[in-house]
Amino acid sequence: MLNATILTWLTFLPALGAVVVLLLPRRGRIPQVFTLALTLLLFIMALHLPVHFDYTQQGFQYELNVPWIASPAVHYHVGVDGLSMWLVVLVSFLAPLGVLISWRTIEDRTNEFYSLFLLQQTAMYGVFIALDLILYYAFWELSIVPLALLIGMYGRTNGRTAGIKFFLYAFISSALFLVGIIWLYSRTGTFDFVQLQPEIQRLSTGPHAAGVWLASLAFLAAFAVKAPVFPLHGWLKDGISEAPTAVAMILAGKLGLYSLLRWHISLFPVQATHVAPLMISLAVISILYGALLALVQTDLKRVAAYATLSAVGFAVLGIYAFTPASMAGGAYQILNESISGGALFMLLGILYERYGTFELAYFGGIASKMPKLAVLFVITALSLIGLPGLNNFAGEFLILSGSFQSHPALTSVATLGVIFSAAYMLRVVQSVFYGAPSSHVAAIVRDDLSWRERAALWPPIVLMICMGVASAIWLHAINLSVPAMTPMTTASHNISYATMGETR
Amino acid sequence: MTEVSPVLRILPEVLLTLTGVLVMLLEPVIDIKASRKPLGFLAISGTLAAIAATGYQLQLPPGTAFFGSVQSDAFSAFFHFVICGIVLVTLLVSLDYFEGHTTYVGEYYALILFGAVGMMLMTSSVELLMIFISLEISSISTYILAGYRKRSATSPEASIKYFLLGSFATSFFLYGIALCFGATGSTNLFDIARGIASGASPLLLTVAFGMMLIGLGFKVSLAPFHVWTPDVYEGAPAPVVGLMSTAPKAAAFAVLLRICYGAYGTMTHLWMPLIWILAVLSMTIGNLGALTQRNVKRMLAYSSIAHAGYLLVAFTSLAALGIASAGFYTAAYAAMNVGAFAVLGYLSGFDEKRTNLIDYAGIARRHPVAAAALSVFLLSLIGIPFTAGFFGKFYVFTGALNSGNAWLAVLGLLNSGVAAFYYLRLLAQMYMLPAEPTLEPNTMRARPGFILGVAILVFAVFALGIFPNRTLSLARDAGATFTSHPNPVPQPQAEAIPQQ
Repeated sequence: MLNATILTWLTFLPALGAVVVLLLPRRGRIPQVFTLALTLLLFIMALHLPVHFDYTQQGFQYELNVPWIASPAVHYHVGVDGLSMWLVVLVSFLAPLGVLISWRTIEDRTNEFYSLFLLQQTAMYGVFIALDLILYYAFWELSIVPLALLIGMYGRTNGRTAGIKFFLYAFISSALFLVGIIWLYSRTGTFDFVQLQPEIQRLSTGPHAAGVWLASLAFLAAFAVKAPVFPLHGWLKDGISEAPTAVAMILAGKLGLYSLLRWHISLFPVQATHVAPLMISLAVISILYGALLALVQTDLKRVAAYATLSAVGFAVLGIYAFTPASMAGGAYQILNESISGGALFMLLGILYERYGTFELAYFGGIASKMPKLAVLFVITALSLIGLPGLNNFAGEFLILSGSFQSHPALTSVATLGVIFSAAYMLRVVQSVFYGAPSSHVAAIVRDDLSWRERAALWPPIVLMICMGVASAIWLHAINLSVPAMTPMTTASHNISYATMGETR
Repeated sequence: MTEVSPVLRILPEVLLTLTGVLVMLLEPVIDIKASRKPLGFLAISGTLAAIAATGYQLQLPPGTAFFGSVQSDAFSAFFHFVICGIVLVTLLVSLDYFEGHTTYVGEYYALILFGAVGMMLMTSSVELLMIFISLEISSISTYILAGYRKRSATSPEASIKYFLLGSFATSFFLYGIALCFGATGSTNLFDIARGIASGASPLLLTVAFGMMLIGLGFKVSLAPFHVWTPDVYEGAPAPVVGLMSTAPKAAAFAVLLRICYGAYGTMTHLWMPLIWILAVLSMTIGNLGALTQRNVKRMLAYSSIAHAGYLLVAFTSLAALGIASAGFYTAAYAAMNVGAFAVLGYLSGFDEKRTNLIDYAGIARRHPVAAAALSVFLLSLIGIPFTAGFFGKFYVFTGALNSGNAWLAVLGLLNSGVAAFYYLRLLAQMYMLPAEPTLEPNTMRARPGFILGVAILVFAVFALGIFPNRTLSLARDAGATFTSHPNPVPQPQAEAIPQQ
């Protein structure tokens, strides 16, 4: 009973909470406490998923499928596989951290902040669990609104522009996505993920092949904007550098990357194989372009923004290299990027809270004043660089070794990204934490991490280590689902669907 | 089959007329200084009775009355519900809007009711002359309502503009009727359909259709007949704009549906390209026009032009689904647009203090609940999922794609992307800017009538966006009246239409 409804509870409890937060009195820390309690409850509920997950069974679990709209036939069909299960847990994990880190930074219109924050959590859950295209699209679009409002309302200096920019990028690309969805329905008569797969394969060879192509491109464009992939990353820099910490942590990456795996590669295997070279090239460009721009930024938040672009590029490379190892690595990297990137944004947020700036030039020699912060920052930086033993190494290694089999040349170029990432991260670490204290830092006396900040930072740090040394825990479920999405049986461009659903 | 009394076929209209007359009679009896609110409550109860009567009509077998001039069926019932709903909320919202500002409050309620009678008759008429008469009934009351803020310069200007251009447009409609009569020898829609089937002059019919389309195009403000819209919406009182941007449009679209699918059902090749062009023009001109507006009411006026274009897209899908999606869109659009204007009316007050975009800066801090309600309506106008606007658009463009008009769907959805920008700009203004210190906060308290009206609309927006089944099945029944009914077919089935 609980297994069938747990996903629904997870999805709609935050929305309910969002309404409750608005009605709470506007004094003290009542909205914070309420939201923290709710998100912790959701996290515990989400842990139910991996505990009771059947690790021997492929396909979707915790499924619920009830009719929603009679005509067109839209179903409330939810369920998770090995990939989306961990993403649901990830969303639940990051939410309480986001609350903790916003505890003091959001002092104005707090109820609205936490309400939108919870609404955004509903939308994210919905995206990861929906198995009906319309349901999925509904949550996909819904996720734009709270994120754009959060950026706009709580932005640093020019949040309004950044929020509108983010909204328009995401919304306009989804407009064509919707046309694609409706077109598919008009030709197949279903929105259901499971039923669509064979239908699309059938269409791909018939007279509607061109239409399927256009639909697949519309899907791809919408996901590539959200991920983001070069050259559709226009919203990212402003979006992230304006967004409050809790929003920057969740803004990029997982929604788009997950959607690429579930709704592009799995639905359109033929078309995906044909655009794979393009996507891999764009991924490599994203990696290098992001890394090079991160090297020259003077604003810490922008360094992190471009580092995100670079990290997303790695995941896209793994996903479209279409070897089981690289795809599993790409999926794993979605988790790693969110956790390490999230930790980085929290650390930057803490620095900003202390010193009121993100300008690299104002910082220097903080390690001597705040040793605890420095240690955690260095661990996070090493994780992002891909130090062996930490989580990103596991993911990037899988990606690079996997994609080297199918695309040796481009993968070799992409490897440069790892070196660049070491360069920009160490540059940040060096100039923020070491050397003589800058005049700005010396003038302001600040405490080291509070218990609240430590509570927010330690869980991801511990996870970075766990996910680095015991990656099998996570890869077990991922390996169950993700390599099955591989559209090709061999690394050559021999398109065969006979073995779809098998792992090599 | 038992004979249905003709009066029952127009029962909602009769009830509204009686209520309107009663309001007019009571108005001079009430003390001159006394509040006119009881009259408002009377009007509201009359509207509720009309809704109940429409529900009763839905139980009746569909059929005509008064020598085949009106027909009550699922189609008319659906639009009756929509129009009555709009009128009900408008009455609730304006209970306090006019209080103390003008001496003609009683007439206001009566005019709204009489206008509603006209609009509802439009949706049930199946006789062109009857349509014309009801169109005039509804128009005349909206002309007067547009000028209700008499002391300001813009409101009478709006009224006169609306009146002059409106009567000009209705004369086009009248020409169309005359030509149609010339071609087929009848003004009855069923007879026209039969005349077309038996080979009436296509040229005359084409010109006649074009004329009628111009007349109706003006009423629903389709580009290029939209020029009056921004000026009139800017000048008229906000609750009235909410009414006149939705109810008469719903009625005129119902007429257009009856003409297109009922009378001209076999000549789709004739009207299809015309509708296509008008749809694209309206969407594009409406949205591009709205982009440059600084005045919120003008912006929403252009947005209503764009929405008329979206609605027209539904016409091209040529099936019962097309009518159903047009009907659903009308209901969704009514809920969000009436709501947006109601909140604007509340925020800017009777003297329209806040008309420009800039006046809404940071208003969410001073009026958090009103701003939240307005955001819901704006997000629905954008077409965000789980609101009415999403499914409205979804059904419209599904219809277009099903009938092979993929480009129309692409254009429409790209247009809605552009539209997102200007709605979002208002939203951003309310939430993302510090409050404008120069503007005094609105001292008007939110009254129960206003709160109830807006609450109904917010509920409707979410209900249509999350559980659209009920409304959709009503709309589908409405669409089915054209396919299950024998109107284009020469011999009518006795069960479907009881003969007079």
